[in-house]
Amino acid sequence: MRPVGNRRLLPHEGVLDQMRRRPVTGVVALGASLALALAACGGANTSSGSGSSSGGATYNAGVDKIYNPSSTTGGTLRMAHSGDWDSLDGADTYYAYSWDFFRLYGRTLTTFSPAPGAPKIVPDLAQSLGVPSDNSKTWTYKLRPGVKFEDGTPVTSKDVKYAVERTLDKDTFPNGPTYFNDFLDLQGYTSPYKDPTPDKLGLKAIETPDDQTIIFHLKQPFAGFDDLAQIPSTAPVPRAKDTGTKYKEHVVSTGPYMFQSNQLGKQFVLVRNPNWSQATDPIRKPLPDKIEVSLNVNAEDIDNRLLAGDLDVAVEGTGVQPATQGRVLADPNLKKNADSAPTLRNWFTAINADVAPLNNVECRKAIEFGSDHTGYQNAYGGPPGGDIATNLLPPLIPGSQKFDLYNFNSKPTGDLDSAKKALQACGQPNGFATNISYRAERPREKALAESLQQSLQRIGIKLTLKPYPQGDYFKLYAGKPDFAKKNNLGLMTYGWAADWPDGYGFLAQITDSRSIRAAGNTNLGVKLPAVDKLLDQAVVETDASKRDAIWPQIDRQVMEAAYYLPGVWSKTLDYRPPNLTNVFVSNSYNMYDYLSLGVKK
Amino acid sequence: MIAYIIRRILVAILLMFIIIAVTFSIFFLVPRLAGASSDDLASRYVGRTAGAEQIHATAERLGFDAPLPVQYGRFVKQLFFGTDYNLGPTTEHCPAPCFGYSFVNQAPVWPDLLDRLPVTISLAAGAAVLWLLGGVSIGIISALRRGTVFDRASMGVALAGVSMPIFFTGLLLLTIFSYKLGLTAPGGSYTPIQVNPARWAYDLILPWVALAFLYAAGYARLTRAGMLETMNEDYIRTARAKGLPERRVVLKHGLRSTLTPIVTIFGLDLGLLLGGAILTESTFSLPGIGKYAVDAVTNNDLPKVLGVTLVAAFFVIFASLVVDILYAVIDPQVRLG
Repeated sequence: MRPVGNRRLLPHEGVLDQMRRRPVTGVVALGASLALALAACGGANTSSGSGSSSGGATYNAGVDKIYNPSSTTGGTLRMAHSGDWDSLDGADTYYAYSWDFFRLYGRTLTTFSPAPGAPKIVPDLAQSLGVPSDNSKTWTYKLRPGVKFEDGTPVTSKDVKYAVERTLDKDTFPNGPTYFNDFLDLQGYTSPYKDPTPDKLGLKAIETPDDQTIIFHLKQPFAGFDDLAQIPSTAPVPRAKDTGTKYKEHVVSTGPYMFQSNQLGKQFVLVRNPNWSQATDPIRKPLPDKIEVSLNVNAEDIDNRLLAGDLDVAVEGTGVQPATQGRVLADPNLKKNADSAPTLRNWFTAINADVAPLNNVECRKAIEFGSDHTGYQNAYGGPPGGDIATNLLPPLIPGSQKFDLYNFNSKPTGDLDSAKKALQACGQPNGFATNISYRAERPREKALAESLQQSLQRIGIKLTLKPYPQGDYFKLYAGKPDFAKKNNLGLMTYGWAADWPDGYGFLAQITDSRSIRAAGNTNLGVKLPAVDKLLDQAVVETDASKRDAIWPQIDRQVMEAAYYLPGVWSKTLDYRPPNLTNVFVSNSYNMYDYLSLGVKK
Repeated sequence: MIAYIIRRILVAILLMFIIIAVTFSIFFLVPRLAGASSDDLASRYVGRTAGAEQIHATAERLGFDAPLPVQYGRFVKQLFFGTDYNLGPTTEHCPAPCFGYSFVNQAPVWPDLLDRLPVTISLAAGAAVLWLLGGVSIGIISALRRGTVFDRASMGVALAGVSMPIFFTGLLLLTIFSYKLGLTAPGGSYTPIQVNPARWAYDLILPWVALAFLYAAGYARLTRAGMLETMNEDYIRTARAKGLPERRVVLKHGLRSTLTPIVTIFGLDLGLLLGGAILTESTFSLPGIGKYAVDAVTNNDLPKVLGVTLVAAFFVIFASLVVDILYAVIDPQVRLG
C-alpha cells in the first residue's frame, strides 16, 4: 500500500507507542537538566573575558557616588537596546535614555550636569543659564564661541533657531515633545518647511540679533525655561544638511562623538568628533574612543551578555528583566555589581471622580485607607521594585516632601476601620462595585489589579478587572473620559515619570485640569481650581526655592481630595559590568549617566 | 505543465489581493465597527502630548479620513506605480513596488524588507538543509534499526526537540556556547554572505541548530513512519529478492515513496519560515523579516504589516507551487493540470 499524498503524521503518531520507559529517555532528561544547571549556576563570567575584577565593587556603589572613577581614555563602549531607537533626531525623541545618550553627539543650550547627586541644570552650548526678562516671558542666551559642527562649520544662533523651528512641525516629527509648540508665541508659524522666507527663519518668537545671541519670546511666563532648553530640540541643526524625516539617519554632531555608521533598526556606531573642542566644553570628558549601539536585541540576551561581560550597558536604562533580577540579588558576586536606582516615577492608580459613587471624596478615601500597600509594592517586585509611596511626588524631585494622610506606613496592609468609616460617610456602608483598568501587556499591573481586588473586597468594594491594550490605553480607553465613564472605570492603574526632575515636569500633566481633553489624557480626572492656581503661580516664580515649595502644596491638595492612590516610588535594578569605569546613576535621567562612562581596555 | 503553472500564478496573484484586502479590513474596518474614528486611529501615531489638531492632521496625512475602498485603492496604486512622499524640506519618490512608509518612523518599507530578506533566507535555508539531512537520515536509520537503542534515543530526542520552545533552546544555546564557552557568536550577530562566507556561517550556526532541532524532530518521525510502512511492501521484498544492494533498495525504492509527504511539508515549512522565523529571529536578535513583523504588529504599523504579509504570502504560495511541480518529478504517476 502506497502512502497517501499529503497526509501528515500527528506528533503523537508512531512515537509514543514506540517509546518504552527505558533509561535512554532518562538520560536525555538528565542531560537537559545538566545543561540548565550549567547555564543557571555561575551566572556572570566575572573572572574571565570581562576585564579585571573590581575589588571595590559593592551593591549600590553607583548610587549618589561614582563607582570606579577613571580618566583613562580608549576602548569601545558596547550598548544594546531591546527594540528600535526612539529617534536620533533631537526634534523627534521623547525617551529618557535617548535624551541621556543624545548629549554624546548633541549640545543643547543647557543640560544636566553629569555628576551624581541632586540634578543640576548647567549651561552647555550657552555660556550661562538663560537671562529672563519681561516677567519670564523672554529668555536670552549667549552661545559659547568656537563651537563647531562635525564638518568644522561654526555653530551660530540661527542653527539653534532652525532646530527649534523644526520641532514645531508635528506632521514631520510627530513623536517629540510639544513644549515649544505650547510655550512659544508662534503667531501662526507651523514649520520651516512651509516657511516662505528665504532662510526659513521666519519664526518671530525667536530672535537671533547676532551669531551668538538667541532670544525666546513666550506667550506666557515660564520661570523654568532653562529646563526646557536642555531638551534635544535645542541642539543646532545646519539647514543645508537637513533632510527632514531622514535626518535621523545622520545627525550632524556638535558633541564629542559623531556617527560613523547607522544601519537603521540594527546598529549605529559613534567615533570621536575631530571638530569638538574641550576648550569650548567644560562639562564633558569623553573617555571611550568608540561607542557601538546594537538595536533589537532580545531583552533576556541583553541581560545574559551583561552578566557575561559581553556587553557594557543596557541602554534603555529600565533595569534588568525580572528573572535576572532574582539571579542578581541572590548571588553576592552579581549583586555587588548592581545598583538599585530610584527614579522619577510613581506607579499609582487614578480614582475616577466621574464614576459614581467615587464622585464623593469619602468613597475615594475609603479606597486610600482600604488598599493593601504592601500588596501594591509586591506587585511591582517587592522592595527592589521601589518604596511604598505615601504621596505623589517622587523623593528625587526637588522640593518633594513625604507625608502620609492615610496611614500607609503605620498600616501597610490597609486601615480597614478608617476605610469603613469613610464608606459610612459616603453613604455606602456595604461597599460598592466598580471596574479597574490596567494595561493588558503589563503583568505587574495585572498583579496590582488583582491585589487591589482582593484587598478592597475586605471592605465590600468589588472590583472587576478590565485589561486594555497599552498602545491605546490613554488614547482610546482610560485616557478618554467618555469611555472611562461609560465603562464604569472607577480605578485606572498606570504610572507617571517626570520629563525632567522638576515639580512642573511631574505634576503638570497629571494634575492640571486644563490639560484634560477629549482623549489622550494623562490627567485622568483631577479637577481642583486651587491646584491650577498653584501651578500658574509656580511657572512664573523665578526663585527656585519658592517654586520648589509650591510642589508639595499641590501634592497635598491632590492627596487630600484622594484623586490618586499612590503605589510605589519606583526603582530599577541596573547592572554594571566590572569593566565599566566612571559609573554613577544620574538622578536626572534615572539610569547610568552615559556622558561619563568609560571602559577598561 | 506550462498551462498549469500559468494558472497557478494567476490564482496566486488573486490570492495576494485578497490577502491585502483582508489585512486592510482587520486594521481599519474592525476598529470602525467598534466605533473608532479616523482621529482615534491616528492617535496611535502621534506623540504623547499631541493635541486634537495634530491628531486630525495626522489622520489626514495618513489618509485615514478617506473611505476604506479609497485607502485600499491608493495602496494598490502605489504598489504598481509608486508615489511621492513628503520628507519635510524635500519630496522623495517611492518607486514601484512601493509599500509605503512606516507610520511610526517614516522609513520606506520595501527597502527595509529587501535589506532583511537575506537574513531570513540565510536562516531558513541553512536550518532547512540541517533539518532535512538530519531528520531524514535519522528517520531512515531509526526505521531500519527499529526497536534498538538508537531508535529509542533518537525518537526521545525528537520528542524533546518538538516539545522545547525555540526561545528556551535558543537562549540556552547562547548561554552555554556563546557566553560560557565562547565557541559561537553572541546574539545579534549577522554577517552577509558576500562579505565573509565563513563568518556568515559562524554567526548563524547556533540559530540553524536551534531551528533545525525543532523541525528535524518532525521530519525524523515522519520519515521513520513512512519508511516502516514502505519497507514492508511487496515490491521491496521483490527488489531484495532480485539481489539489489540494500542501499539501493532503501534509498531508491523505499525512500522515494516516503518522500512525497516530506516534500509537501518541507515546502510549506520553508515557505512559512521565509515569511519570517519570528521566534528564532527574536531569540537570536537577527534583523530578519520575522522580527520586523513582530515590531510592525506591536506598533500597529500598517504599511510594514502589509509588506510582511505580502512577502510571507508570496513565499508560501511560491513554495506550494514548487512542491506541486516536484511531485511530478518524484512520482511519474502524478500528472499536473
